[in-house]
Amino acid sequence: MSDITQRPAPSAIEGMSYREMEASHELAHLEHPEHEELLTLNLGPHHPATHGVLRLITTLEGEMVRDIKPVIGYVHTGIEKNCEDKAYWKVIPLVERMDYLSYYFNAMAYCGAVETLLDLEVPKRAQYLRVIHLELNRIASHLLWLATGGLDLGAMSVFWYGWKERDLILDIFEMSSGQRMHPRYFQVGGVAEDIPAGFEAKVRKFTAQFPKRVDQLENLISSNQIVLQRMRGVGPVDADTLLSLGVTGPLLRAAGNPWDLRKAQPYSSYEDFDFKIPVGTIGDHYDRYRVRMQEMRESVRIINQALDGLPEGDYITPDRKYALPPRHELATSMEALIHHFKLVTEGFRVPPGEAYYPIESPRGELGCFVRSDGSSKPARVHMRDPSFVNLQMLPVMAQDTYIADLIVALAMLDPILGGIDR
Amino acid sequence: MPDATGLELIAQELRDRDAESVLETVHFRGKAALTVAAPTIRETLQHLRGKGFNFLASVHGVDYWPEEPRFGVHYELLDMHEVDRMTVKVRVPLENPHVPSVVADWPTADHQEREIYDMFGVIFDGHPDLRRILMPEDYVGHPQRRDFPLGGEAILFTHNEPRLPGWWKE
Repeated sequence: MSDITQRPAPSAIEGMSYREMEASHELAHLEHPEHEELLTLNLGPHHPATHGVLRLITTLEGEMVRDIKPVIGYVHTGIEKNCEDKAYWKVIPLVERMDYLSYYFNAMAYCGAVETLLDLEVPKRAQYLRVIHLELNRIASHLLWLATGGLDLGAMSVFWYGWKERDLILDIFEMSSGQRMHPRYFQVGGVAEDIPAGFEAKVRKFTAQFPKRVDQLENLISSNQIVLQRMRGVGPVDADTLLSLGVTGPLLRAAGNPWDLRKAQPYSSYEDFDFKIPVGTIGDHYDRYRVRMQEMRESVRIINQALDGLPEGDYITPDRKYALPPRHELATSMEALIHHFKLVTEGFRVPPGEAYYPIESPRGELGCFVRSDGSSKPARVHMRDPSFVNLQMLPVMAQDTYIADLIVALAMLDPILGGIDR
Repeated sequence: MPDATGLELIAQELRDRDAESVLETVHFRGKAALTVAAPTIRETLQHLRGKGFNFLASVHGVDYWPEEPRFGVHYELLDMHEVDRMTVKVRVPLENPHVPSVVADWPTADHQEREIYDMFGVIFDGHPDLRRILMPEDYVGHPQRRDFPLGGEAILFTHNEPRLPGWWKE
């Protein structure tokens, strides 16, 4: 397959690539000299290529994009405000709905922040179970990016195949928590339930066949000349610009900066696993695509290692002040009943303080800030959502390119509007 | 993370430059936090950038109501080389909610400062384009404030219009 990507692209003019042909055209010749017209075009908010309800006010000169102003807030639902009115453990279902493709990550960041405030230790088994679900979720999120991104690039079949594989992961989620999306599986102090019998076999079956599927998905794209020409060398942004704009995640790694919180500041036992951080070279769309594809393969390795080394023990902290007692204790223990009643009605109280807990989501640094005033409800919950920050890179990436390339840039940016607007 | 001693050393360096700048140092759960006077925030962040904290991970607002000064703006700094994090905070009162914008030094703060302005009404002096970002541009009030009620608001759909003509103009 690799020689196909190396071969020069066919071209109408001998010895000139399509991109060179485009660049050779001086736009000024094509336009009337006294006629410098700029067109303002509204893109979205309801447009299939905007992956949600993102509105872009673009200023065009011919087909060239001269300026982009993103307008957001169309799915702002005040989740952060609502969190202040809920007991700590009832906030989890709410934050999961922020970035609706990486729900486990939202829950992890929030639970991590609350656990930091409580100084609560999470049992090893719970940490491993979290890692398994986080990495499955990362694959699911990247698959959806590949499916919809491929669609934007004109690769229709990858859409169906990507969706099909993602469904297998949702089946696994359904098995552990009963929900395919927004599962409320992570709890403060651990996970809600131990994995059921047959869960491991199901995950093993998936991880055994998935690397083959990634190869097949990659073949659909890596030999598609149209897709390759729209990605290779298009929209490169260097690492320094990305850092100044606060961009993290696969977009930063594609530019050659290997920053990954799973390696740099391991949380939830990531230091136990052996995995690599894929990086790109020049940070164009092709690098972004390759980095994400390779990340899926690395996630499979992490899942396998976590299943191999899954320790026995508690799946949630044995501290009954923070975790619900098991069902069978309610019939025999008065204390368990009291704890259950207190937790369900009022919830647990958290000592006053502030915590910022960053994790590596599929889109970059997802940080949850929680402030506690000592009561049973958080005084402030804020998500530093990577999509929200990464969106600032879109004007840099798409300025002075063709409007068709803007759609590719948007697809490769992978913004989730639920996370942007919250 | 800078430990408690490291935090005091940083605070002392900042005090040497400007005796009034550092208001409080907190070391909580292994995380260093520095509260500085609002007018000195740009110099403080630039000084910390010189110490290696060259990535601004997050800017977010907090309402400490009913405490005074009421609003807080937090800057989460990250040193990718040493893998260090620290928080710089400023506090401003409701009567004078002005903080110098850091967008010129840290372009990533652009959207995040706009969000804080939108949600809390903190005004960032020198921000290139300080508009609402998440709420509608004609919205009145700053909903993330602690004394802003939950609910009780007409929903912004046109089906309200025959029953409540011009309800949004109030």
